[in-house]
Amino acid sequence: MPVMDRLKAISGSAAIVGVAESDRFGRTPDRGPMELHAEAGRNALADAGIDKSEVDGVFTSGGYSTYDIAEYMGIAPHFTDSTSVGGSSFVIHIAHAMAAIEAGYCEVALITYGQTGRSDRARGALNLYGVTPGLPNAQYEAPFGIIGPPIAYSMAANRYMHQYGEDRTREAMANVAVSTRKWANMNEKAHFYDTPMTFDEYHDSRWISWPFHLLDCCLVTDGGAAVVITSAERAKSTRKGGVAILGAAEGHDHAILHQMPDLTRTWGRNTGPQALEMAGVTHSDLDMAMIYDSFTYTVLVTLESLGFCGPGESPDFVANQRTAPGGDFALNTNGGGLSYAHPGSYGIFTVLEAVRQLRGETGERQLDDCKLAMAHGTGGLLSSTGTVVLGRE
Amino acid sequence: MADGYNKPIPIPQPESDHYWEGAKAGELRLRKCDDCNKAYFYPRNICPDCGNNNTSWIVASGKAKVHTFAIVHRPPHPGFMDDLPYVPAIVELEEGPRMATQLVNVTPEPEAISIDMPVKVVFESITDEISLPKFEPA
Repeated sequence: MPVMDRLKAISGSAAIVGVAESDRFGRTPDRGPMELHAEAGRNALADAGIDKSEVDGVFTSGGYSTYDIAEYMGIAPHFTDSTSVGGSSFVIHIAHAMAAIEAGYCEVALITYGQTGRSDRARGALNLYGVTPGLPNAQYEAPFGIIGPPIAYSMAANRYMHQYGEDRTREAMANVAVSTRKWANMNEKAHFYDTPMTFDEYHDSRWISWPFHLLDCCLVTDGGAAVVITSAERAKSTRKGGVAILGAAEGHDHAILHQMPDLTRTWGRNTGPQALEMAGVTHSDLDMAMIYDSFTYTVLVTLESLGFCGPGESPDFVANQRTAPGGDFALNTNGGGLSYAHPGSYGIFTVLEAVRQLRGETGERQLDDCKLAMAHGTGGLLSSTGTVVLGRE
Repeated sequence: MADGYNKPIPIPQPESDHYWEGAKAGELRLRKCDDCNKAYFYPRNICPDCGNNNTSWIVASGKAKVHTFAIVHRPPHPGFMDDLPYVPAIVELEEGPRMATQLVNVTPEPEAISIDMPVKVVFESITDEISLPKFEPA
């Protein structure tokens, strides 16, 4: 088990000093994923005011190994980590970067991400729904048409509906879709910046995999993002200063769907409490939460798993647009994977928005006096989670 | 092979060839740990609970109940285009383990299927070597 005394001792020892998207964002048919990695990496280093030559730790996931990306960018690192457990990987990399910096393996860590899910689909090259021969899913799930996240997550959502009530779950899913869209309408980088969503539009959208409507599902877009991390000491001399990494936790309890111990409970049940305890704070101290919203249901199951509310209580938690702009729980203020961007592995974008809210850089959607944020990624088929608690002085 | 079968086809592996041989013979075979005295799925030589190799094969009754399901309207793979809407499911076997499958001989509508409803295995032959264990109302 994690040794809490030692984790508490390194809480705040490292800080996020740079965040950025790629310049080209949303739809980039003429740009490949590696260019988006590199573009975002360059932008995040510029945001930090750190030269590329100072990067000595590299982290990535999502189809490329760190040596692919580092070679492309002309970086020869002393620490390398391609931990790849789905869309949560980039949140998990933050914990690894902090540990590596604390132990002395590196001083400047660069996490990069880039995918072109939208353009890959247009080219017929989308591998999101592919089947990997030799892995258990190729024998025990894919032959039955259980392929890709929408089907798997919708099966989990149906179990939740059975346990906690179909109508109230449906209403909660609609609340998440609509409230998230309202945030996107305040973010000019969001895919749906100019497009509002009504409850009727949610309920009338076509079925993808019942119980999921189209508007229960995240976008498929193109884009890249990157995060720069260094020691708390060194962060003081960066361009914008640091956002402290106060808590971090990770893990997974299955890979393929039918092996999930409880379809209504993710590994966030461990990473939420661990990250908060490490940071020395509680849920009510948080000013906002960024929760990977691959699907509306992902938000419901994650809120409960992280401990924001009890099992079966998230429909009440998100009721009456409580998580929309002006509501009393600020959630996914960038517009989320549902309405802002989702190139394939969205986790890193939860970190970008949390950092920007903490820095006060989010313009129209800026929260008042935002000092403490949680960013949480879920990867695979509700399989892995990474949670970080971030704060500013 | 059935003409035009273009869905993913399982490729038996060293730990699963006996499982797929059973399915072709009309038997749902499970691994059981003789130390834990517990059946498990999917087939692995090493018990996922205790980590020992003291495992054997049993033949399951084929009786199960629906743990969850979905009704797919957008194909995740071109092979499923003609099957829409179809009903992937997870069932809980009488012996304890859960497995992924597809429900057949059901009306693909939410009102027609219920979680916890009893089902039984049927085998659908898709190639000379492979039959898929699917489930229908018991």
